[in-house]
Amino acid sequence: MQLGEKAGLKPSVPLRDVFGDALLALARENPQVVVLDGDLGNSTKAEKVRFEFPERFFNIGIAESNLVGVGAGLAACDLIPFIVSFSSFLLCNAYDQIRLSIAISNINAKVVGSHGGITLGKDGPTQMGIEDFALVGGFPTFAILVPSDPASMHKAVRAAAEHEGPVFLRSSRIAMPHIYPMDDCPFAIGKASVVRDGGDVAIVGSGMMVAAGLDAAAMLAADGIDARVIDLHTIRPMDVETLVTAARDTGALVCAEEHLLHGGMGSNVARVIAEYHAVPMRFVGLADTYVESADPADLLVKYHLTADDIVTAARAAVDAKR
Amino acid sequence: MTDFDAMREKARQIRLDILEMTTKAGSGHPSSSWSATDIAVALFFGGALRYRPDDPWWAERDRFIMSKGHAAPLLYAVLAHAGYFDRDELWTLREIDSPVQGHPIQGLMPGVEATTGSLGQGLSLGIGHIFGARLNNLDYRVWVLLGDGECEAGQIWEAAMAASHFNCHKLHAILDYNKYQETGPISREMALEPLVEKWRSFGWHVEEANGHDLEDLLAKIELVQMLEPTGQPSIIIAHTIKGKGVSFVEADFTFHGRALKPDQADKAREELNAAR
Ligand SMILES: Cc1ncc(C[n+]2csc(CCOP(=O)(O)OP(=O)(O)O)c2C)c(N)n1
Ligand SMILES: [Mg+2]
Repeated sequence: MQLGEKAGLKPSVPLRDVFGDALLALARENPQVVVLDGDLGNSTKAEKVRFEFPERFFNIGIAESNLVGVGAGLAACDLIPFIVSFSSFLLCNAYDQIRLSIAISNINAKVVGSHGGITLGKDGPTQMGIEDFALVGGFPTFAILVPSDPASMHKAVRAAAEHEGPVFLRSSRIAMPHIYPMDDCPFAIGKASVVRDGGDVAIVGSGMMVAAGLDAAAMLAADGIDARVIDLHTIRPMDVETLVTAARDTGALVCAEEHLLHGGMGSNVARVIAEYHAVPMRFVGLADTYVESADPADLLVKYHLTADDIVTAARAAVDAKR
Repeated sequence: MTDFDAMREKARQIRLDILEMTTKAGSGHPSSSWSATDIAVALFFGGALRYRPDDPWWAERDRFIMSKGHAAPLLYAVLAHAGYFDRDELWTLREIDSPVQGHPIQGLMPGVEATTGSLGQGLSLGIGHIFGARLNNLDYRVWVLLGDGECEAGQIWEAAMAASHFNCHKLHAILDYNKYQETGPISREMALEPLVEKWRSFGWHVEEANGHDLEDLLAKIELVQMLEPTGQPSIIIAHTIKGKGVSFVEADFTFHGRALKPDQADKAREELNAAR
């Protein structure tokens, strides 16, 4: 089954291509935007900026620590650096550099972690970013953005540039179907979007799990379960109000993410719900495991990141209400 | 005419301030700060560095990045003497609610250009400032003070390679070559030598200097600026003595990262006062 098919969503191109287009559009509008690449511009699609604005694109090479430091220096000169590489390489090779030069300094730099999650597939676990929300979560000054479709990627890139301060933005290799019309996406940092209304259970998704959540909602509807679906595109600052309202209205929550359960979006939502309006919760994500090389579709099934898994979790959460 | 006697006196006062700051705080890195005091004095008071204490973030200022961030007491003392803030602020080093943090935090005090303290990171920031100058059509220089032990960090060599690749000729490093790291003599702990050849092979112009001779330091600082048209970044390898100015600290590397006890501080104060 195609992601978003059950929900009738229109397919799109890989999200990384959308990211490249969005970054280029931003660079055209804003001369302060500069792009720093760790020799992966062809994969992340940041190279679209290189072709048009070579003077504002720096390939710093396979040297992520230096990459982050150079970017931070540019931010100190009132430019807006987008530091782009694979999520895993940036956060794991340059964690300390991001910590000092961006997070503690609290400067206006943007870190884009491409190839987030497991859906880069065949390159295997060394390249996958399954711990990025947890790692960036360790930097208290960072906003964490996880767009779920082409329109929200465009909005997120723009919002990242407009936000004064450190931003992490996750991009992905796979195609995510259209959830929002291209010209009508209500994206704002820290304001979750309710993309489907419902009163029996709320499915909170990030990234590709929003489309999977909409598929799940369509399947649950056939069983008479009316699911609300929330696009939690900002993991920090978290939209407490929308989440607590969903807990109050529906009495049951499912969190779904392409990330480790440990330290991921769901564990942060659970902290909020436990404090303000405790209801039964279930979690879809990676249990304590790495993931091998394979076709993304096979991996999603094997590691329980499909709409079917969300349906099972939602039923369990609804049952737990009684 | 450069008044070297006045600069030497400045260096002596700054060494005293470093002593008082760290002794009062009961912790900090006086020996690492004294090692590089003359280097910082040459830059700030020798006329090479362009800065405006009353407009600390003036876009065209030359940047001074303290990459060996544990020498924060030196940075603060130099900035205070240069007029960035009141000298009284120095005595709040490491105290609750004080912006005079144990290691430098970018922007928290005027003149503090970078957050450092995890070694190895300052040269990369310097490259960013050079790129910023190019994009913003400004003409400032960037000076980065490195430790010798710090040069064991891989990021230094990532940055060294990139700086020469991108022709960062306005980027100047000064290496505080005191021959000691935290746990002992560098020659015993790591094969850092041959250092001149390493930097040269990475595409840098290398000068050596006596890091406690202000005349020599300033001559080399002026020389590397004159050589900028070659397109290369430059480094001055300044031979120094860790703990310079206080005999018993010079003689004992285990003073690294320790403030002096009150009786030791008395002795140190005596020595520094006698050097007037
Ligand atoms: C990444 C990192 N590792 C370890 C330390 C702890 N540390 C602080 S100073 C120091 C020795 C530094 O030696 P050097 O660069 O020669 O400076 P010096 O004090 O001799 O001027 C060490 C290991 C650190 N600050 N950062
Ligand atoms: Mg040393």
